[in-house]
Amino acid sequence: MAGGDTSWRPLARPLLIPAWLVIGIFALLPVLLMAVYSFLTKEFRGGVIWDFTLTAYDQFFITRGLFGDEAAQVEWTYITIFGLSILQAGICTALCLIVGFPTAWFIATRPARTRAVWLFLITIPYWVNLLIRTVSLKFLIRDNGPLNEGLMSIGLIDGPLPLVNTNLAVQLGLFYSYLPFMVLPIYAAVERYNFALSEAAADLYASRWTTLREIVLPVVRPGIVAGCILVFVPALGAFLAPDLLGGAKTFMIGSLIEEQFKGSQGNWPFGAAVSMILLSLVLMALLIYARAAAREGER
Amino acid sequence: MKSKMTTAIDIRDVVKTFGEVTALHGVSLGIADNAFFTLLGPSGCGKTTLLRLIAGFEDVTSGEIRLFGESIARLEPNRRPVNTVFQHYALFPHMSVIDNVAFGLKMQGMDLPARTARAGQMLEMVHLSDYADRLPAQLSGGQQQRVALARALAPAPKVLLLDEPLSALDLKLRQAMRVELKQLQEDTGITFIFVTHDQEEALTMSDRIAVMSAGQVQQVGSAQEIYEAPVNLFVADFIGETNLLQVEVHEVREGRATVTLPGGHRFACPSAPVAPGRHALSIRPERVTITPGADLSATVDRVVYLGSDLQVLVRLADGSPFTIRLQNAARTEVPGPGTRIGLHLEEGAARLLAD
Repeated sequence: MAGGDTSWRPLARPLLIPAWLVIGIFALLPVLLMAVYSFLTKEFRGGVIWDFTLTAYDQFFITRGLFGDEAAQVEWTYITIFGLSILQAGICTALCLIVGFPTAWFIATRPARTRAVWLFLITIPYWVNLLIRTVSLKFLIRDNGPLNEGLMSIGLIDGPLPLVNTNLAVQLGLFYSYLPFMVLPIYAAVERYNFALSEAAADLYASRWTTLREIVLPVVRPGIVAGCILVFVPALGAFLAPDLLGGAKTFMIGSLIEEQFKGSQGNWPFGAAVSMILLSLVLMALLIYARAAAREGER
Repeated sequence: MKSKMTTAIDIRDVVKTFGEVTALHGVSLGIADNAFFTLLGPSGCGKTTLLRLIAGFEDVTSGEIRLFGESIARLEPNRRPVNTVFQHYALFPHMSVIDNVAFGLKMQGMDLPARTARAGQMLEMVHLSDYADRLPAQLSGGQQQRVALARALAPAPKVLLLDEPLSALDLKLRQAMRVELKQLQEDTGITFIFVTHDQEEALTMSDRIAVMSAGQVQQVGSAQEIYEAPVNLFVADFIGETNLLQVEVHEVREGRATVTLPGGHRFACPSAPVAPGRHALSIRPERVTITPGADLSATVDRVVYLGSDLQVLVRLADGSPFTIRLQNAARTEVPGPGTRIGLHLEEGAARLLAD
């Protein structure tokens, strides 16, 4: 770029305006709105009263008994939901990585012409609405669905496996929903990977396993990290899979937030507060990662 | 310098096919220990394939590769005591320079202090001690090249393979590296197998050169042998500049042929064993002198100034183009365009080639 054509420079600022508008209107403004709402008082038929209070956060972290007359104690209900959600999302990310990495590797190492076909096949199911896909999954794994009937007909099991309304079903739904978000960034990283590096490692006496661990994984790590973030963050906030496949037994953050904005039972400030807490957690995790990556980069 | 002629690499009848395409048609080569050996040929001639077969990145379709008498053709690359300098270096981008150089030693199980010391020595050898903690991306192309060399030499391989290592460097650096590579080979005593398409590179560095074309070895010899006594048309044409004339051959006896030059002059010259008939005669442009009433007569078309040399483009009596090279010395008389001149072929200028 140095010494190149600089005649576009005066245009740079005006040309950036649309980008700033999009970020402002669709990213910053909603978050700001959410932050403000979380400090307001709830209106019983849904909505808010413009009365500033910390009630929503207080409700999340602290309990004073059923009638509010006992000594303040830590409220574990919501923290537990957070913990379980993080666990579910973490397991989902790990599963997606275990399945997604070999898949991405396989696609990226095909001849250039067939790669496009494989990528297309991976993305085809995602042209269908997530709700429809989740419901379909429920039909597949319910007691008299094709999976159980099939297993029973070949005599592998006597009665139907109780899959629907379990954590396992939720996990399956999450895994299925977010797998491509793992495959695509890793694919992009592996596709750019210079396979001469693997040859160089083998030439310098590294086994296949050592080459994978010491050369391939560190070099494609940005793709792996991007994939993990793209799976973990939406899986943490997911509500369709827990709602449809988990039934009443499993409750994830996404469902908790969704409840607060539904019908007349909702509590907008509380929903907003839960969202803000979730957002802070995610941002903190990303910040810690970015710090660690930057420190490594300095080395 | 070479006390005994041990064979480092012995390649026997190696065939390599990729699907329908045959890259190597039964190549046999013996490469002496402690030599700078070059595989020279145009792109697609199979030289890189041969190198990759020696390194173990590809499997031979048939044939045998022996390293100091031991068969290595079926060994995984990480079990062969040979190291490679890659064309685009293939340095590990996430590792510092010293970690790159120490990688092979680490894989061999050398402990940290020992391998750090050895890698340090290697960096010193390639004059990069000050860059040990940099990442490869922070180095220039020439410096990356040296790191790649140090990395490949650190485990003290029996044979070092170099795949067009200079092709990505600019001319000045390339010329400097030629001398350094040759020096390094002599200092370490390691057999270098060097792949290149650049004949000048091959001629300046190599003890022996194998000229390859179309998946076959055309000729093996010293730089002087392949330049002055090319066995066939391909080698003569590929190595250096030459004039190729189709001439009538009357007789070939004891390696000398009697031919008729354009213009009718009868001429005797060294020859490949060919049958009488029409064959190509190679005449090196720098072995021709301008004298009145000589072997060939010609008309000057134009003179091209090359700095240290002058190139005189002429036409022979039968109209075929012909090139002469003159040294641009103070006493050189340059004929102007249109001048009729006589050309004298010095001893060794002409050689009759097999097809």
